[in-house]
Amino acid sequence: MSLALSHFNAAVLFAVFVSTVFGITQRNSVRDQVRYGLYCFVMFVGGVLLAGWLMWFLRR
Amino acid sequence: MANSSLSKKNAAEVQAAQQPLSVISIVAPAVGWLIPGAGHLIQKRWIRGLLLMASIVLMFVLGVLMDGRIYRPNGGDILDILGFVGDVGAGGLYIVSLARDLGQGPIAHATADYGTKFLIVAGLLNFISVADAYHIAIGKKS
Repeated sequence: MSLALSHFNAAVLFAVFVSTVFGITQRNSVRDQVRYGLYCFVMFVGGVLLAGWLMWFLRR
Repeated sequence: MANSSLSKKNAAEVQAAQQPLSVISIVAPAVGWLIPGAGHLIQKRWIRGLLLMASIVLMFVLGVLMDGRIYRPNGGDILDILGFVGDVGAGGLYIVSLARDLGQGPIAHATADYGTKFLIVAGLLNFISVADAYHIAIGKKS
């Protein structure tokens, strides 16, 4: 069985898993863990979108 | 404010350094490496352990399903060696995948390289998880 995700889906899944682990391991209280996990997720996905638009403009 | 949190952190580090090595501080990282998240589970951090386990195992399984490459022990190219170091962090998952000869086929599609990265990052995340389990075991983290 072979799974062929789109680039964006792969990047979002990557962001979900990495943000979860970063949130749990890099902060102490539950509140801080959730906040840091969400921050990492937004940064990952935001970076992907930003890089995508940059490449779109460079291509034009 | 910043000074007080810094001194609290230093006090926790000094306290952790003064404590002798306990059994749990050796067992938790070892079990956590072999089974991702288990280092937290044996210390009764149920939710954290389950979330870590789900994240790392799912990432590794998705990497295999995406036809990612699993690096074998090697002494060749530096990137291959680093790939092996990343993969081996997944512990039991890596051992099972080697035993079943997974991740050795030819790359059939463009996004298979993401699979390789998923596998390496799953291993690296497990290293972080193991370090966290150790910090909980020695009392440096609650």
